[in-house]
Amino acid sequence: MSGITVYKDKCIGCALCEKACPFAAITIVDKKAVIDLDKCTLCGACVEACQKFRAIDIVRETTRTPDIEKYKGIWVFAEQRKGVIQSVAYELLGKARELADKLKVPVACVLIGSNVKDKAQDLIYRGADKVYVIDNPKLEHLLDEPYARIMANLIRKYRPEAILCPATAMGRSVISRVAVQLRVGLTADCTGLDVNLDERYLLQTRPAFGGNIMATILSKYHRPQLATVRHKVMKEAVPDPKRKGEIEVVNFDNSFFASRAKILNVVDEVMTTINITEANVIVSGGRAMGGPAAFKMLEDLAKVLNGAVGASRAAIDEGWMPYSHQVGQTGKTVCPNVYIACGISGQIQHLVGMQSSDIIIAINRDPSAPIFNVANYGIVGDLFTVVPLLTKRFKEVL
Amino acid sequence: MNIIVCIKQVPDTTEVRIDPVTKNLVRDGVKSIVNPFDMYAIEEGVRLREKHGGKVTVITMGPPQAEAVLREAISLGCDDAVLISDRAFAGSDTLATCYTLSKAIEKIKDYDLVICGKQAIDGDTAQVGPGVASTLDIPQITYVRKIEEIKDNNITAERATEEGYEVVQTKMPCLITVVKEINTPRLPSLKGKMKAKSAVITVWKAADINADESRLGLKGSPTEVWKIFTPPPRPKGRIFEGDPQESVNQLVELLKDLNH
Ligand SMILES: Cc1cc2nc3c(=O)[nH]c(=O)nc-3n(C[C@H](O)[C@H](O)[C@H](O)COP(=O)(O)OP(=O)(O)OC[C@H]3O[C@@H](n4cnc5c(N)ncnc54)[C@H](O)[C@@H]3O)c2cc1C
Ligand SMILES: Cc1cc2nc3c(=O)[nH]c(=O)nc-3n(C[C@H](O)[C@H](O)[C@H](O)COP(=O)(O)OP(=O)(O)OC[C@H]3O[C@@H](n4cnc5c(N)ncnc54)[C@H](O)[C@@H]3O)c2cc1C
Repeated sequence: MSGITVYKDKCIGCALCEKACPFAAITIVDKKAVIDLDKCTLCGACVEACQKFRAIDIVRETTRTPDIEKYKGIWVFAEQRKGVIQSVAYELLGKARELADKLKVPVACVLIGSNVKDKAQDLIYRGADKVYVIDNPKLEHLLDEPYARIMANLIRKYRPEAILCPATAMGRSVISRVAVQLRVGLTADCTGLDVNLDERYLLQTRPAFGGNIMATILSKYHRPQLATVRHKVMKEAVPDPKRKGEIEVVNFDNSFFASRAKILNVVDEVMTTINITEANVIVSGGRAMGGPAAFKMLEDLAKVLNGAVGASRAAIDEGWMPYSHQVGQTGKTVCPNVYIACGISGQIQHLVGMQSSDIIIAINRDPSAPIFNVANYGIVGDLFTVVPLLTKRFKEVL
Repeated sequence: MNIIVCIKQVPDTTEVRIDPVTKNLVRDGVKSIVNPFDMYAIEEGVRLREKHGGKVTVITMGPPQAEAVLREAISLGCDDAVLISDRAFAGSDTLATCYTLSKAIEKIKDYDLVICGKQAIDGDTAQVGPGVASTLDIPQITYVRKIEEIKDNNITAERATEEGYEVVQTKMPCLITVVKEINTPRLPSLKGKMKAKSAVITVWKAADINADESRLGLKGSPTEVWKIFTPPPRPKGRIFEGDPQESVNQLVELLKDLNH
């Protein structure tokens, strides 16, 4: 039977498990851990906390993919938009190459779209041994149903052991359908990937609880292992024009392209030229900006740094910037090289959207603002003075 | 128009913190709340009913205490509520969750639209919405920021993308997941609160939804959480106070050295 067990003989009532449980499902009664099964989600945090005593065990009976050892190779879903391969695909390719080399298996990319065939060579230069190209005018728009159907079909045919997919709006929507169709595991929004070489499974590490905790997820007994991977975390693979690989155009009949949903219109509304999830530098403004006009000042700074402009929810709710620029729990999660927060207090809902940025710079007139706790650099001062000075100084040195 | 809204009870993650000394999760006094994105799902469901008539049924899979979020949903205007609760569901990953919710939705049967939040703030995967749509084999529109029109069994909606939005149209029944921009949720009315208090919440166990046991809970979950740990703390920063020009010069100097 699947389930969780506390071995009373081994439990010393140290309460480490009680503290580790994210769901408050454990209490210590008479110096023994007691698990409230109505609250327990079998997440395993307590098993981890009890490694010293091994008093808690979770037994999982699970199904298995038949012929599991026949699944070989790492795939990357090479997301393209308007015929341009997204940089996130190159990041995943870099990671896929590293994992595949450890496992001594090939890397393949799946490139789906319209008029994309001539882009396949670039994927080979960047580390793919093979590229499956599905090129059809009906695939011009990124539609969930045909894309998922094609992916599932290719997977059944070629049996890769793992597939990395960008954790974008598109990637998450398509690959979730693929996972259900194949009945395999899907790990969301990974920021770390490694392999267990003995048993050949992926160690998929991801933030959860709004980034307050990290979890490593396994899918030991099912193939392929699917993972979406966060943008801007892995290093982009560099092209090597000498690399050789094979491009295979796979044809599907029309039934594969059917979609019950159709796209009537695509509207780009990003005000600056760079979309914030792609940007290497983000300059964000908060309530202290006081109005839309002040965001012009941030755009000037962003321009010098070749960056984009973001905003806190307070500024978005005021209507000073479009929602697509909101950073945070109910907006976008970003991790640029440099994040400059201007007049943003640093409430947790904002922090969860930007705290994995490489360098955080805060400008705030309140020295006790919580944003300074996560900042690598901070300037205490009036942003209306500091930002223009910063723009000017960067202009001088860059 | 019959609408099903899926909601999840989650710990208020803004209060889940890591104790800096013991490195443990601090959740003393952490409240359970309706997943914030699901508040927009509830509101949109209720607004659509107000416009088109019909019924809003709210469902959740969770432990017995998840009943609280269903009552909250009723206080906000939902008509019926179903709690899908059984020990057999414990340990469900998104695949098993999608299966379980889909079996319950199939049992409710007459529906035109399923509404989910964009993602839950604890598991954070955003996989359940599209996964349920796929399990039910219905079309989906994810990240909906505005419903433009519902007419002749077709829904047209704006879907938020990284660059802006797309206008997508599909046939109903379908599933949408919603983002915050879609509406501003109302507060519960007094009448709603009273209704919530006396509402009878239907409870379905695994047997009630005709589920294949091997696809539930731990057994039906290909993924396992192997390890949970705290993210490494950010190093303490360098804060400049005093003359702004001097601060700016020093900061730019340091950044230059880092080659950014
Ligand atoms: C469910 C939920 C989801 C949420 N999601 C998000 C989200 O996705 N993103 C988000 O950002 N927020 C989100 N919030 C809101 C969040 O809690 C905060 O209210 C919000 O982030 C505050 O924005 P702010 O920092 O711009 O404003 P404030 O908190 O008002 O901070 C303004 C800051 O500016 C400083 N300041 C004022 N004048 C100046 C000046 N002249 N020069 C320099 N500094 C100055 C002040 O000292 C202060 O620190 C969410 C809240 C909830 C409940
Ligand atoms: C630390 C941690 C990490 C995890 N990582 C993964 C992972 O990578 N892959 C994986 O498959 N599972 C994972 N899980 C398990 C996952 O959290 C559960 O399967 C959960 O039931 C659903 O996922 P979610 O919270 O991410 O929901 P999301 O998919 O983010 O939720 C989207 C929407 O679906 C609806 N919904 C979600 N859950 C329910 C529910 N119980 N009842 C009604 N409606 C609901 C809501 O409308 C919600 O807004 C993880 C769990 C933990 C604790």
